[in-house]
Amino acid sequence: MAQIFHRSTNAISRLTIFGGIFVVVVVTAAWAGIIRSAYVTGQDVVREQPVPFSHQHHVAGIGIDCRYCHTTVEQISFAGIPATEVCMNCHKQVWADSPTLEPVRASLRENRPIEWIRVNNVADFVYFDHSIHIHQGVGCETCHGRVDQMPLTWRAEALRMEWCLNCHRSPENYLRPREEVFTMGWQPSIPQRELGRQLVGQYGIDPPAKLTNCSICHR
Amino acid sequence: MREETPETVYTPPIIGPGHNYRTLTEKISGIVLDRKAPIEWFLLFGVGFIGSVTLLFALIYLLARGVGIWGINIPVGWGFDIVNFVWWIGIGHAGTLISAILLLLHQAWRQSINRFAEAMTLFAVTCAGIFPMFHMGRPWFFYWLLPYPNTMGLWPQWRSPLVWDVFAVSTYLTISLVFWYIGLIPDLAAFRDRARNRYARAIYGIMSMGWRGAARHWHNYETLYVLLAGLATPLVLSVHTVVSFDFTVSIIPGWHSTMFPPYFVAGAIYSGFAMVLTLAIPLRKLYHLEDLITMRHIQNMAKLMLATGLIVGYSYIIEAFMAWYSANPLERYVMINRAAGPYHWLYWALILCNLVIPQALWSRRVRNNVVAIFFIALVVNVGMWLERFIIIVVSLSRDFLPSSWGMYYPTIWDWATFGGTIGLFIMLFFIFIRVLPMISIFEMKQIIDKPEVSIE
Repeated sequence: MAQIFHRSTNAISRLTIFGGIFVVVVVTAAWAGIIRSAYVTGQDVVREQPVPFSHQHHVAGIGIDCRYCHTTVEQISFAGIPATEVCMNCHKQVWADSPTLEPVRASLRENRPIEWIRVNNVADFVYFDHSIHIHQGVGCETCHGRVDQMPLTWRAEALRMEWCLNCHRSPENYLRPREEVFTMGWQPSIPQRELGRQLVGQYGIDPPAKLTNCSICHR
Repeated sequence: MREETPETVYTPPIIGPGHNYRTLTEKISGIVLDRKAPIEWFLLFGVGFIGSVTLLFALIYLLARGVGIWGINIPVGWGFDIVNFVWWIGIGHAGTLISAILLLLHQAWRQSINRFAEAMTLFAVTCAGIFPMFHMGRPWFFYWLLPYPNTMGLWPQWRSPLVWDVFAVSTYLTISLVFWYIGLIPDLAAFRDRARNRYARAIYGIMSMGWRGAARHWHNYETLYVLLAGLATPLVLSVHTVVSFDFTVSIIPGWHSTMFPPYFVAGAIYSGFAMVLTLAIPLRKLYHLEDLITMRHIQNMAKLMLATGLIVGYSYIIEAFMAWYSANPLERYVMINRAAGPYHWLYWALILCNLVIPQALWSRRVRNNVVAIFFIALVVNVGMWLERFIIIVVSLSRDFLPSSWGMYYPTIWDWATFGGTIGLFIMLFFIFIRVLPMISIFEMKQIIDKPEVSIE
């Protein structure tokens, strides 16, 4: 009876063992890489806006405080997007004829809000509250990055759950004094862990076991 | 099974007379390679196929509409889905017991039933796995149960027995599959050599992984097989122990009991042997295998069924005793509610099926009657299903607060899913006996090599 398989089948069958493992490893690694990439998370990707607003110019250049525009950041969950009237406080006189700002003037004329494209957005099942973070000494910069160096705005972090948990599990690594929350480029004067521990005690921040309770964020 | 029998009593052999290597190979491989499938095969496969399609339809509709189409509610959050899961997982246990423990104990009679009992285990675990998977509601997130480096920064909740379950069941499936497949390899090589169709030759050739029957092959095979048997042995006890933890770790009256692990394991083996008998008795008739699966096998399994059934019955009695002895009003109420509550007729049906009817197996006349044993095996299958229903649904429907009591009624979709998995099981099993040797050919040859075993 003739042989069913050619001699080369021996090599092929051995190859498939390693090939199978290889394919599984490569596919898993590729998948893990893709879900962490900017393509999926939107991290560091500039979002096109109706008006090319520059945080770099307004924060670093002019020195406007975050709260001038994001008025509700200390009171409620939503930091607040400025009304057209807030823009026009200055721009009725500064760059009043600039064609770039025509959408802002049109918005005021037609009494229709500018449709800003949201840059930082957590999933709907996450109840994020700005005010508590501000009051417990989490700097704007800690989550939003160096906004004063962003000519156009992008998401500085991927906003993944593990990133939230990094801080909820060990807040002492990230906290700063309340009066420095709105400062860009702040550096601790004593080692961060030491300062952080003091602040955790001083601000009465809950222990990680409580801060990592599911219902802290998923209510 | 050593037994003291008077000389006048006839103990059937474990293999019929007149068999040699050639007749064994031809008889067992001929079922697949030489002879056409009997008409009954097509009928039963058809039944299984219809059931599988029903299952598919029920699951697709479930995905479209959500678990609300089932009868589960608050307070009865675990209904048919968990009842059927525990039932199917339990059935699988006989396969592992036969393949691993009886191998280590040198029980030669296991050799003609281990192959299809292991296949039964695999298919039962497959059916079992469907239920918790779809019970999750969003089965596409099943991988959240596994510890993998995810972007949520989370591990599974290791304190939850539901997570232990994932590991127990997946280990069980893996070991059973590997054990079954390793045991198949020498027979697959025999099929490769005997098949006349060239595609069949190629497929069996690939599956037999280059087995030539060399002495070294046999040496490696025997080493691996015993090692795997050693690995599989603890699983006979561990899997259903962990399944019982799903209940005992909670505080629901009727669940929170230290007796559950041995009680569940005994029940699992009980239902497993009932299912092996349910399959073996029609099979040997259909394929004329009475000389390979002899009355000795049937009787041994019936005795094992009787023994494990007595452990289960003892557990029922102890459960009732402990409810009284605990002096805990809630525990006591569980027993009263089982016996006289809204589901009382199911409880008494359970006692009849699992405790009363199987006692007929004490009689040698009953153990010589294949039809009677088949009937008792079916009754035990039903009884073990009822047991899981009583434990799960009756305890949940009436727990601590009368204001939060509620009844559970399965819907048409519960029945369709349950019936569908039975169909899937039948279909898989009949595909198996059509394409693979349902009895281990080379292990049967080992019995002929030791004539003292077959004469015994």
